[in-house]
Amino acid sequence: MTEPRHDRSSDPVDEIASLAAHDPGATAASGPMPDRPPRSQWLDVWDQFKTHKGALWGGILFLLIILAVYLGPYVWTIEPTQIDIRARNQGPSLAHPFGTDQLGRDILSRMMSGGQTSVSVGMTAMLLALFLGSFVGVIAGYFRRLDGPLMRLTDLFLALPLLPLLLVMMLLFREPLSAAFGAEQGIFILIVCAIGITSWMPTARIVRGDVLALKEREFVLAARSIGTTDSKMIARHILPNVLSPIMVSATLGIATAIITESSLSFLGLGFPPDFPTWGRLLFDGTDYLQDYPERVIWPGVAISLTVLSVNYLGDGLRDALDPRIRGR
Amino acid sequence: MLTFTIRRLVLAVPTLLFISLIIFLLLELAPGDPMSQVPLTVPVEVREEMRRALGLGEPVPVRFWKWMVQFFWIEPQILIDNVFGTQLADGKLRVLSWQTRSPVMDIVVQRIPQTLWVVGTAYVVGILIALPIGIYSAYRQYSWFDQAGTFVSMIGFSVPPFFSGVLVIVIFSVNLGWFPSIYDTTHEVTDWNSFVVQLRQMIMPVMVLALQITAQISRFMRASMLDNLNQDYVRTARAKGISEYFVVMVHVLRNSMIPVVTVIALGVPAIFGGAIITEQVFKVNGIGQLLISSIQANDLPMVQTLAFIFAVLIVLFNLIADVLYGILDPRIRYD
Repeated sequence: MTEPRHDRSSDPVDEIASLAAHDPGATAASGPMPDRPPRSQWLDVWDQFKTHKGALWGGILFLLIILAVYLGPYVWTIEPTQIDIRARNQGPSLAHPFGTDQLGRDILSRMMSGGQTSVSVGMTAMLLALFLGSFVGVIAGYFRRLDGPLMRLTDLFLALPLLPLLLVMMLLFREPLSAAFGAEQGIFILIVCAIGITSWMPTARIVRGDVLALKEREFVLAARSIGTTDSKMIARHILPNVLSPIMVSATLGIATAIITESSLSFLGLGFPPDFPTWGRLLFDGTDYLQDYPERVIWPGVAISLTVLSVNYLGDGLRDALDPRIRGR
Repeated sequence: MLTFTIRRLVLAVPTLLFISLIIFLLLELAPGDPMSQVPLTVPVEVREEMRRALGLGEPVPVRFWKWMVQFFWIEPQILIDNVFGTQLADGKLRVLSWQTRSPVMDIVVQRIPQTLWVVGTAYVVGILIALPIGIYSAYRQYSWFDQAGTFVSMIGFSVPPFFSGVLVIVIFSVNLGWFPSIYDTTHEVTDWNSFVVQLRQMIMPVMVLALQITAQISRFMRASMLDNLNQDYVRTARAKGISEYFVVMVHVLRNSMIPVVTVIALGVPAIFGGAIITEQVFKVNGIGQLLISSIQANDLPMVQTLAFIFAVLIVLFNLIADVLYGILDPRIRYD
């Protein structure tokens, strides 16, 4: 969306502040010429991020999960839909590390393909919500006339009963969309849109608050005085500076989207049964709870670990991107 | 204070109208005739009554108006009739469920106590656990207790109820056999033994819901306590020689409770939403379970009504939170 370099050129105050916070003696002693080369802001962010152990491990775990889910099928080549009825209901073994289900399908490969769907639904829905939220937030914060109406709209959306509404949307629009785009594609579009439309509000609020504060800063005044147009102002000066709250809500948005998608699948209103997602696998597993409890536990652990790692990642990012905390 | 309350109340009305419009239009936008799914076994005159109650065949604004009349005029009258034995609403049309062919509201009223009982207990238990955790982890910030509290609330945020619920069923009913996995709503408490049975079947759903509530509220309590612990008035109180217990539990706690109380009020409707899943896992036949079953049966009037009830709950508790904040923090009233 934007380049980090704008941040440096447009916002020298933070640069110096973070430098000073990093090494208080250096700038004071050497006067206007710092004796060390200027560090980029993102290097400082990385330094702070590294000190947050939970966030670091969360990030690593999340990367590992994504790698396992997307590259795993190239290593573990059994098809998730391959039925081997003679090898059904098997426990964990070397041939099937996670066992097989009631039709003899390999659970490990189903977990991987389910993870692909869950993670991509989470990512896409998050991107949509992020786009809507940042758009509404920036517009509301930047244009005073639109602030009132847009924020009332946000409040109204916050007052909607989300889960019931999502369920109703799934009920009403499932069939026409499946008919138009095919069963899997249609449901994917529906779920992503439904989650995106109902989860942009927190981002909008945070971004609006930050834009309101940014508008009063000197560099915005300076840019305005040389005749920068509104659209350039937003793209060059406002957006790069609200990138950090947007990034934090992005990580937290993935977590919510994954949980919402699995809840829908768990309630039987998500993807069709032959198209596994983690929520769907968990839902299918509950039928065999008494005899094969591990079938519930694998997808459940996968969902929980992903969400936990993303939450920790967001927590660390929030600390790392906040210049008031950074350097402490 | 009165003007403040009235202003909030006036603001709540358009919100409610907007939400009901969205729920209504969602049904409108849905392709096809909403009645086409009603099975042919439904007698013609009942079908006609369903149609008239929904106002089908008339323009959209008229139908919306009729729907609102159903909600805010006819149903309250029936409530009054039932309470006082009057005959206000005799012979009036009511929205019928397509599934059971009885009035939607009657079924909802039957289901609400189960939900309230489970969700209410879980909320109270969750708050009672969360507050001490929040207070102590703020007082000893970065201690092992605080770290453990952070970890537990992270788990509470991350583990969805449909997994934690199933997990406790696997552990406590399948493996250990301590508690029943299905909540029996026909069970009546008459003596000590039946009370124990009730307690045992409530423990799992209540604890699953309470884990999430605890995670949220203990975080808020901790943050709010931390904000207040560094304030000047706390130093003054300590300097006056007030005992540490008194400083923390009276001076700091009372001020920290202001945002927490509003968060508690705001969380009530969200818990109803979350309870949809928990009710489904433990087979509690409350309103959440009713919503799911009517969605699966394509019972649109029921779905609409329930979604609207959830919306009313949200608006109502937003209002309560606003007014509470006004009562507790006088600075808010003048803005």
